[in-house]
Amino acid sequence: MHMADALVSTAVAGTMYVCSTGVAAWSVKKVKEENDPKKIPLMGVMGAFVFATQMLNFTIPGTGSSGHLCGGMMLSALLGPWAGFLTMIGVLLVQCLLFADGGLLALGCNIWNMAFYGCFVGALLIWRPIMKNGASRLKIAAASVIGCILTLQMGAFSVCLETLASGVTELPFGVFVGVMQPIHLAIGLVEGLITAAVLIFINEARPEYLWGVGESNGAEGRLSRRGTIGVLAVLAAFFGGVVSLFASAFPDGLEWSMEKVAGTAELERAGGAYASAAGIQDVTSLLPDYAFKGSESVFGTTFSGIVGGVVVVGVCVGVSLLFRFFKNKKVAEQTDNS
Amino acid sequence: MNTIENNLHTIDKLSELQQRDLWMNKLHPLTRLLSSVIYIVLVASFDKYDIVHLAIMAVYPFFCFMVGELSLKDGLYRMRVVLPLVLAVGLPNPFFDRQVLIMAGSFAITGGMVSMVVLMIKGLFTVLALYVLIATSSVEDICYALRCLHVPKTIVIVVLLIGRYIYMLGSEASRITTAYRLRAPRQKGIHYKAWGTLVGQWLIRSMDRAQVVYESMCLRGFRGDFPESKRGVRLNDVLYTLVWALVLGALRFTGAVELIGQLFVA
Repeated sequence: MHMADALVSTAVAGTMYVCSTGVAAWSVKKVKEENDPKKIPLMGVMGAFVFATQMLNFTIPGTGSSGHLCGGMMLSALLGPWAGFLTMIGVLLVQCLLFADGGLLALGCNIWNMAFYGCFVGALLIWRPIMKNGASRLKIAAASVIGCILTLQMGAFSVCLETLASGVTELPFGVFVGVMQPIHLAIGLVEGLITAAVLIFINEARPEYLWGVGESNGAEGRLSRRGTIGVLAVLAAFFGGVVSLFASAFPDGLEWSMEKVAGTAELERAGGAYASAAGIQDVTSLLPDYAFKGSESVFGTTFSGIVGGVVVVGVCVGVSLLFRFFKNKKVAEQTDNS
Repeated sequence: MNTIENNLHTIDKLSELQQRDLWMNKLHPLTRLLSSVIYIVLVASFDKYDIVHLAIMAVYPFFCFMVGELSLKDGLYRMRVVLPLVLAVGLPNPFFDRQVLIMAGSFAITGGMVSMVVLMIKGLFTVLALYVLIATSSVEDICYALRCLHVPKTIVIVVLLIGRYIYMLGSEASRITTAYRLRAPRQKGIHYKAWGTLVGQWLIRSMDRAQVVYESMCLRGFRGDFPESKRGVRLNDVLYTLVWALVLGALRFTGAVELIGQLFVA
C-alpha cells in the first residue's frame, strides 16, 4: 500500500503532510506527557522488530500462498496509539530511506494511510473498547482481526482518494475502489490473524506488555474534548483538502450545464484583462486543449523545446565528464606524489 | 538467497556506498536532502501531458549518478518496489483517455498514452533521486538533516534506533527462518500453528533487549538526546543547493529550454 512520489500531486502531498504532521505533533506531546524515558529505546527496538518481522513469510492455510505483517495494529496494542504512531513514522521513513519503498513526497500520505488508521482508529476505537474489561483469547482475536481489516480498508480507500485527487489516473473511481478494497480485505484478514496469534501469545506469557487492557472506560479512558476537537480538525483538513481537490478535478457537470444553458461549453471573452490572461496562458501552456501548440506539425513549436532539452542534457553530460576528469586527475596526482 | 538475506545484503551494499570518500558524500546532509526534495517536488508538479519538459529533468539524476559514481542498474532495480502500483494506476489511462493529441503518420497518440508515459517517467525520476539520496547519505546523516529542520527529537531518535537495530534484528529473523526451514523442509513460510509462539517469543526477547539497550544507553550518558557533532555548512553546500534550485526551477517554470533551443533552431 506504499504510495510512490509519482502517484501524488504536490497539493495532495502537501495536504497530507500537514495532516500527518499535526497528528505527529500531538503524539510527541502525549509521549512527552507520559514521561517514561524507557519508552524511546523500546519504540526504536520495536520499530526494528516490526521491520524485521515484515521480512518473514507466513503460510496462509489452504491457499498455498503467504502473507506478512504490517505492524500498525500490533505496535499500538503494545506501545499505545501515540508511541505506536511515532514508531510507525520511523518504520515508514526507514523503509523509504533503505529500500526506496514509498517516496519522500508521498511520506505524508503513507503515514496517514498506514500509521494513522492502524494506530488511532485501531487502538482507540477498536482495541481499547474491546479490552476495557480485560483480555481473553476471543477478545484479542476479534480486536486484531476487526482492527486490521477496518484500518486496511480505510487506508486502501485513502490511497484511491489521494491518487484520484492527484489526477494521475483516468481510472474511474468506482473501478479503482473495486480493485483496491477486495485485495486489502484479504491482506487485512491475514494480518489480523497473524497479529492475533502474536498478541494472544504475549497475553499468556507477559500480559503486562499489552496496552489498554482492563482500563475503565471512565473520563480518563475516553478521548478528551481537546483530543476530539484535534481529531475532528485533522479529519476536516483531510476531507476539506483532499476530497475537495478530488471534486474539483471533474468539472464536467458545469460544462454540461453551460452547454444546455448557453449552447456552448465555453463563454466568449472580451477585454484587455482577458486578452492579457490568455496571452500568459498561451505562453505557458504546452498542450492547450489537449494538443501541442502549433499542431499543424507533429511537434509544433515544441521542436525548439526538444532541441533546447538536448542542449541542456549535453551541457549536463559535459559538466559531469569534466567533473570526473578533474577528479581522476587529482587522484592520479596524489598517487604519483605518494 | 531468501528475502531477509536479500534485504540484509541491500543494507550492507548501501552502507558501503554511503561510506565512500566522494565529493557528493562529503556534502552537508541538509544540502543532499534539500536538493532531493526540491527535485522530487518539481518532478511531481508537472502536468500529466507535459512530457517534453519532464524529460529534461533527467539532468539531475544523470549528474548525480555520474558524479556520485552510482550504478544505474542498482537505481533502476529500486523501481521494482513502486512499479506495481504505478503500473496499476497508469496502464488503464490509454483505455479511458482516447483524446488524440498528435498524429505520428497514421498512428494516433492519445492523451492516455502520453499521461501513462509521463507517470512512468515521474516514477523513474523520483525513485532515482531517492536512490541518489540514500546511496550518499546514511540514516545518521538524514537524521542530522531532520534535526536541522527542527523535526522533533523523539521522532529522530526513534528513526536512528530503528536504523541501528534493523541489521541486528534482521539477522535474528534470518537465523529464525533458517532454523525453521531446517526443521520444516519444503514448507512455504511459517505454518499458522507456529505464528504466535515463534514471533511472540521473538517479540518478548526484543522487548527485553530494549530494556538492556536502555540501561546501556543510560550508562553511556543518554539523557533523552544524542550528542551530535555540529557539521558546518560550507560555501560548496550552499552553492550546490542554490545552483540546483535555480537550474531545476528554470527548467520547470520558465521557457528556458525553448529559449536555448531557439538559439540553435534560428
